[in-house]
Amino acid sequence: MADNATNGKGAAPSVNGRAYPIEDHSYDVVVVGAGGSGLRAVVGCSEAGLRTACITKVFPTRSHTVAAQGGIAAALGNMGEDDWRWHMYDTVKGSDWLGDQDSIEYLCRNAPEAVYELEHWGLPFSRREEDGKIYQRPFGGMTTHYGKGTAQRTCAAADRTGHAMLHTMYGQALRHSAEFFVEYFAIDLIMDDDGRCRGVIALNLDDGTIHRFSAQMTMLATGGYGRAYASCTGAHTQTGDGNAMVLRAGLPLEDMEFVQFHPTGVYGAGVLITEGARGEGAYLVNAEGERFMERYAPSAKDLASRDVVSRAMTIEIREGRGVGPKKDHIFLHLDHLDPKILAERLPGITESARIFAGVDLSREPVPIVPTVHYNMGGIATNYHGEALIKKDGNPDHVVPGLMALGEAACVSVHGANRLGSNSLIDLVVFGRAAALRCADMLTAGDKQPELPKDSADKALSRLDKFRFASGGTPTAALRGRMQHVMQNNCAVFRTGDVLKEGSKLIHEVFDGTSDIRTTDRSLIWNSDLVETLEFANLIEQAVVTVDSAVNRTESRGAHAREDFPDRDDKNWMKHTLTWLDTNTGKVTIDYRPVHTYTLTNDVSYIEPKARVY
Amino acid sequence: MVEFALPKNSKITEGKTWPHPVRAKTEREYRVYRWNPDDGANPRIDTYYVNTDDCGPMILDGLIWLKNNVDATLTFRRSCREGICGSCAMNIDGTNTLACTKAMSEVKGTVRVYPLPHMPVVKDLVPDLTNFYAQHASIQPWLQTVSPTPQKEWKQSHDDRQKLDGLYECILCACCSTSCPSYWWNSDRFLGPAALLQAQRWIVDSRDEATGERLDNLEDPFRLYRCHTIMNCAKACPKHLNPSKAIAEIKRALVERQV
Repeated sequence: MADNATNGKGAAPSVNGRAYPIEDHSYDVVVVGAGGSGLRAVVGCSEAGLRTACITKVFPTRSHTVAAQGGIAAALGNMGEDDWRWHMYDTVKGSDWLGDQDSIEYLCRNAPEAVYELEHWGLPFSRREEDGKIYQRPFGGMTTHYGKGTAQRTCAAADRTGHAMLHTMYGQALRHSAEFFVEYFAIDLIMDDDGRCRGVIALNLDDGTIHRFSAQMTMLATGGYGRAYASCTGAHTQTGDGNAMVLRAGLPLEDMEFVQFHPTGVYGAGVLITEGARGEGAYLVNAEGERFMERYAPSAKDLASRDVVSRAMTIEIREGRGVGPKKDHIFLHLDHLDPKILAERLPGITESARIFAGVDLSREPVPIVPTVHYNMGGIATNYHGEALIKKDGNPDHVVPGLMALGEAACVSVHGANRLGSNSLIDLVVFGRAAALRCADMLTAGDKQPELPKDSADKALSRLDKFRFASGGTPTAALRGRMQHVMQNNCAVFRTGDVLKEGSKLIHEVFDGTSDIRTTDRSLIWNSDLVETLEFANLIEQAVVTVDSAVNRTESRGAHAREDFPDRDDKNWMKHTLTWLDTNTGKVTIDYRPVHTYTLTNDVSYIEPKARVY
Repeated sequence: MVEFALPKNSKITEGKTWPHPVRAKTEREYRVYRWNPDDGANPRIDTYYVNTDDCGPMILDGLIWLKNNVDATLTFRRSCREGICGSCAMNIDGTNTLACTKAMSEVKGTVRVYPLPHMPVVKDLVPDLTNFYAQHASIQPWLQTVSPTPQKEWKQSHDDRQKLDGLYECILCACCSTSCPSYWWNSDRFLGPAALLQAQRWIVDSRDEATGERLDNLEDPFRLYRCHTIMNCAKACPKHLNPSKAIAEIKRALVERQV
C-alpha cells in the first residue's frame, strides 16, 4: 500500500522528504461546498450560534448554482391559484414514484417560506406589473389540480435566478460573518472506528498546506458529477467530490443510475438554454418543421417532464428528423416571442445563444440537443439532511456526524427524474432543514473526542500518490476516455448490451488510473493535481453509475431501458444502493425501500399510476 | 513612492516555445504569461500552438486544450465556461475579459494572455483577489431593513425592480476594477468599480432602508471619489454593465441629499 501510494518514494507522505505539515481546526459544523445548499446551511448554522466553517474549492459565487437560470419552484399562487399539494403531486409524478413522499411533502410545504426568506434577504426577483409580487413562470411538469391545468409556480429573476440567489446568499453569509476557507480542496472524510464522521482533510490551493477540520457535524454540499460525461451543462468543477469521499469512506451512494439529460443544451458547446424559455412560449421543431412534442405529450407538449422531452428529441434524431448537416440536433424557436419578453425575461440565454451558437434568438432558432444536466442520485439522506446507511436491517440508519445537501444528496425528492426549478428549492429547503437539525442536536462548543491517530494518513497518501504520479497516461487522456464511455454507453436510451459493454470499458478506465501521470509537482495552486483528484473522484462515480444502470432492469424516469421499456413497480420500486471497493473497482449493490408514506395527515400517499403528460 | 519601472524580479523574460501539435491542419499561436512561485525565476512568456481542429472556439477552449495536450502545469481558474461564474477573467489581447466568452476569432494573430493587471500573482494566470473580495464585502451586500418583515414578500413595483437591471448581474470577475487606472494606483483605499456597482445595486433597491448609511460609508475622497470617470470599467465589463454610470449616480445621490 505504502509503495503504491507514494510511487516508491518512501512510506510516509512528504514534502521533499519532510512530512506534510498539518494545520488543525475545530468547529461545531464544517460545510464542504458553497453553492446554494452549502451557503444556506452555513447561514442557518451561524444564526444558531454554532461555530461554522465553509470549505470551498471555488470562491462561493463561482459555485455552479450561479448558472441556474429558470427559477425556483414554490406554490406561492401569485399568478393564479396554487397549492403545495399540487406541487407535491407533480414532484412525485416527475420522480416516477421513486421519490420519498415524506421528503417531497417536506420540500413542497416549506417551499413558499423558503422563497419569501430569500426575498427578504434581497434576492432581486422579477415582479408582476399588477401588484409588485414575485413573478412566476410555467415550467415543465408543473400543474394545477393534480395534473389538470398548467401551473405558474417557478419564481424567477429573469433567467439568472441561480446567480441572483447565490449572490444573495453569499451576502447573508457575509452578514453573519461566516468563516470561509476559499480555494480549499477537500480530499477525504475523517471517519472513526465507530463509523462516525469526524471531519474532513483539505488542501489549501494557495500555499499547499494541509488542513484537518474536526467537527461535530460535517455537511457535504459538493454538487453533482456532470463532468463524468463528455457533454454536460455543468461547470468544469462539477466533479461530485463529496460523493466520491463517501464511497471511499465505505458508504453507499443511492440511485446513481438516474442521470438527467436537459433537453436544451446548445449543440456543440453544451451550455444551458433554460426550460424557462419553453415556459415563456418557446417550442421545439424537427427537420420537417414539425412541433413534434405534440405527438409525445399531447397535453403538456413542450412543457412535459425533462426525461420525456429528451427521449422524444432523441427518437426524432434517431429516426432521421434531426436538423443540421448531420441531422443530429433539434431547433428551439423563440423568434415568435415578443422581443420585449426576450429582453426582460430571457436576457441571459439571448446572450448565450449569440455567443455560443452565433444565433440571434429574435430571428432564428437555436440548435440544441439533450445534454447531461443533473444527478438525481447521490448520498442517501432523510429530510433532515442526515446521511443514511442500511444497518442491521434498518434501511434508515443515520451515519453519525455526516449530512449531505443539494445535488450531492439523494433525499430523495427527485426520485428517477427531477422537475425543472425543483433543484433550487431543494437547495434552500434542505440547507435550512439541515441547519435546524444541527441547532437541535448540537451544543455550540461541545468538546469533541480526540481524532483517530491516523486521521490524515489516507488523505495524505492519496494526495501524495497523485502529486508524484509518474505513470504513462496523463489525467486528461484518462478523463477523456471516461467521458467518452459515459456519453456512448450510458445515455438517454440504454440497453443491456450497451450498458454491459459500458461497464467493461469504464472498469478498464478505472483500472487505468494506476497508470496515471501528473506533471506539476508544485504545492502552490497545482491545478494538475486538483484535476487529477477530481478525475479520480469522477471515475469512482462513473463506475457505480454504469453498474447501477446495468442492474436496474426496468424503465423509470431518466433511466430508459429499451430492453425493459416499462416501469416495474413490483420489482423495482426501490432505491439502489451501491458500494465501491475503491481498490479493485468492485461494485456491490443492495436496496432501500421507497418511503411510501407522507410526513403528515395533511396529504395522503400518492399511489403510483401511469405517467402521461 | 511611485515606481516607474517594474522591479527586477518582475521583468518578464522570454520563456519556452512548446512544440507544434502533430498533424494539425490549423493551429493558433498563444503567448502566455507564466510565473511559478516555486522556482524563484522571473515571469516569462511561453509560446504555444493550439490545434484548432481539435478544440472549441473560445480562448478558454484553447487554454484547456494546451493544459490537456501540451503542458499540464499551465495554471488558470475556470469553472462554468459560459460567462456566469467569473472565474476565468484574464487579460486577453490587451483587454480584461472572460476567456470563456471571448472567441479566438475575435483576436487577430497571436493570442496574448496575461493575468488581470496590477494584482498580485499567485501562479501563471491566477491573481490574488483577496482585497477585491474584501472590498465587495465592505459595502455590505445584503438587504437592510428596519420595518417589520412582512409574512410574504416585500412588494416591489415592476419599475422599481427595473432599476436593479444593469447592476445585479455583476459576476465579481474583477475585469472592471483591474482595468481602472485609479484602482491600479489606489486599490488599498479606492473601492473600485465592481464594489461601487454593488453598492449602487443596494442603494437603489426600493426595499432597502439603509440608503443613508450606505451613502455615508461611501462619502470619502478615496473610497468613492477616486473614480475619475475614465470608463475603462464599462469598456472591460464582459457582462456589458456600466459601473461608471453607477458611480456617477452615487455621486449624484450624495450631492442631492445635501440640497
